Amino acid sequence: MDWEAIFNNAAVELISPTTAAYALAALGLAVHFGYTGLLNFGQAGFMALGAYGYAISILTFGFPVWGAFLVGVGASVVFALILGIPTLRLRADYLAIVTIAAAEIVRLLFTTNTFASVTGSANGLSGYKNGFAALNPLAEGSYGFGPFENNAYDTWLRIVAWSIVILAALFVWQVMRSPWGRVIKGIREDEDAVRALGKNVYAYKMQSLILGGVFGTIAGMIFALPRAVVPSNYQTTLTFFIYAILLLGGAATVLGPIIGSMIFWVLLSFFSGFVSRAVEAGWLPFMTTIQGGQLRFILVGVAIMLIVIFRPQGVFGNKKELAFVR
Amino acid sequence: MQPTPTAQRYIPRMLAILFVTLLAALTMATFSVSSAHADEVGTEFDFTISGNVQFNGDALDGVAIAVDGNGYQADTVTDTEGRWAIGVPEKGTYEVTLDEETLPKGVVVAKGANVINAEFGLTDRKSVNFFLGEDTRNTVSFFDQFVNRFVNGLNFGLLLALAAIGLSLIFGTTGLSNFAHAEMITFGALMTLVFAVQLGLPIWLAILIAIALSGALGWGLDAVIWKPLRRRGVALIPLMIVSIGLSLALRYLFQYFFGGSTSQLPGAGQTDLKFGPISLSPIDLISMGISVVVLLGVAYFLLRTRIGKATRAVSDNPSLASASGIDVDNVIRIVWVTGAALAGLSGVLWAYFRPGVSWDMGFQMLLLVFAAVTLGGLGTAFGALIGSIIVGLFVELSTLWLPSDMKYVGALVVLILVLLFRPQGIMGRKERIG
Repeated sequence: MDWEAIFNNAAVELISPTTAAYALAALGLAVHFGYTGLLNFGQAGFMALGAYGYAISILTFGFPVWGAFLVGVGASVVFALILGIPTLRLRADYLAIVTIAAAEIVRLLFTTNTFASVTGSANGLSGYKNGFAALNPLAEGSYGFGPFENNAYDTWLRIVAWSIVILAALFVWQVMRSPWGRVIKGIREDEDAVRALGKNVYAYKMQSLILGGVFGTIAGMIFALPRAVVPSNYQTTLTFFIYAILLLGGAATVLGPIIGSMIFWVLLSFFSGFVSRAVEAGWLPFMTTIQGGQLRFILVGVAIMLIVIFRPQGVFGNKKELAFVR
Repeated sequence: MQPTPTAQRYIPRMLAILFVTLLAALTMATFSVSSAHADEVGTEFDFTISGNVQFNGDALDGVAIAVDGNGYQADTVTDTEGRWAIGVPEKGTYEVTLDEETLPKGVVVAKGANVINAEFGLTDRKSVNFFLGEDTRNTVSFFDQFVNRFVNGLNFGLLLALAAIGLSLIFGTTGLSNFAHAEMITFGALMTLVFAVQLGLPIWLAILIAIALSGALGWGLDAVIWKPLRRRGVALIPLMIVSIGLSLALRYLFQYFFGGSTSQLPGAGQTDLKFGPISLSPIDLISMGISVVVLLGVAYFLLRTRIGKATRAVSDNPSLASASGIDVDNVIRIVWVTGAALAGLSGVLWAYFRPGVSWDMGFQMLLLVFAAVTLGGLGTAFGALIGSIIVGLFVELSTLWLPSDMKYVGALVVLILVLLFRPQGIMGRKERIG
């Protein structure tokens, strides 16, 4: 049993760009769900818009990095408006159904062969990283130590990704202490009371939906930078994973989504490394390596159920600030 | 990408029939003997791309072929034996295009297959073959296609309704948007697969056992998870997230035991019977018959029986129902068992409609079920029936205009539009949306 490799691979996930992307997407979801009480099940759709908005702008239209970034953000603002206008006046579970449906529409539109020349259909897109790599101020070589040692591009990617996550977290922290944030939290606790105070609940919800959606979009871009953009990455399962992270860390917290993402990925990597090696070593004779891979999804599902039932405030949450008031 | 269910159903019907091609068998030797006859271009080059265009064993001459790649372009036409060859300057990848306009009437290339990327292997020659099929597209009038799709959509809508009514009843009586309904659908199909294929029981018996087991699953889920959570007073949104976790866990549990492949139930893929423009397999007919009978049974249950009336009362107002002496927990248990059994049956029919049983088949259909339920009005059983038929028809009929890999998009867009203009759904009452 190669314990060192298992721990090494798990440690790599601690600061990997994927972890950062999930943390940022979960932070967006914390704004939606934890602070405002909006059940957005379409975070995968926002991420897909970010990834495709960025990649298509660069590949098809030849935009610079900042232009592609703005296209992705703009697309997600439009998407949030489209989602919000019909559903924000309705009960929470309607928003859930509509957002999950809208995210699937987005994915199907990126998957269909009809637009293959732009979206690459099911094969997705790649080759959009040069612009980002060209911005890299680091000299060639390797940086870091131990499991955190990376080449210049990967180090640059990690610096950018985690800087964005930290900035976003500081922003959420500050904005939730502001008068705006108090109204948002008030909507979560009692929408009618806030309305009685003369606040335009609908507009506040829409702003929250846009803010969290933009976080999801930027997360989608970070998610796309270490890999290719493939539509099958943006299935509803992605949204459920982000929910698992959010609930793990604590829905109405700033640090919860970030630490939650780290815990989630380190544990997932450790677990899959352990199971696949245990299977190879013959410790689990009733299981194949493929089945070991599926076992972790089963555990994620069970973990979501257990957290919601037994510790709904998550690891860092405050029981008074429960997202589920009703 | 995995072809969508209908793509699997229709592509074989339209083109399959005669995928004849050739020439892979043509050896280098025979080629060099006959190449003298072919209208060959680019003979000055060392490398050759060649092919033979035949349909049903008849050579097609005068078919235009173009080669493009590595900065080189050339075109030619096939000779009387259907052969063509084009010399190219270097090894590499070339785009070979068959001009569909030059094919004789009644012969077509599969959609998108008239362009082939040819890459040289170890030899200096590369043969390229196009898959030709009989053109059946022009022989079916728009009206006939419409009628055919309409009947298929009705079939799909009816099987959707079986799942949707259960989901809607569960929502009505407990307020839960049950995402794990997808796995209850899959469970029915998987159990049928186990009993009919792996244990070799007759299919009708296997389906009955599967439905009974689905009902048992519903009972078990209610007893082990949902009833204790109701007792704890867990709110609706956490309940919904629990159902998502359950859905994820069950889905991958299915994949754990059954793998990622698609299997067929016995009797799937039978030849179609023709009723004028409508082509249906015997299974489709039986499926529609079963759906209609079961739906009528559910309607009778809800409207005429004591327990059905109690169900509607609980759905309307649980506290009032409880106060008037209805055993709410018992009603909810019956709703879970019925809903799960209906979902299981729906899964079996869905397995024949797609066709195929796979671990995530229920999840593929879940959003359509949600769309149907929302369209009809959350919590109303008959609304779910109407919503399902509309969604089923919409999905099938939209393929007349939309590419088949986008047919679900239309149904989901309709869902969003309905919420914009009539959020309570077709049969829902305004107060429900709160």
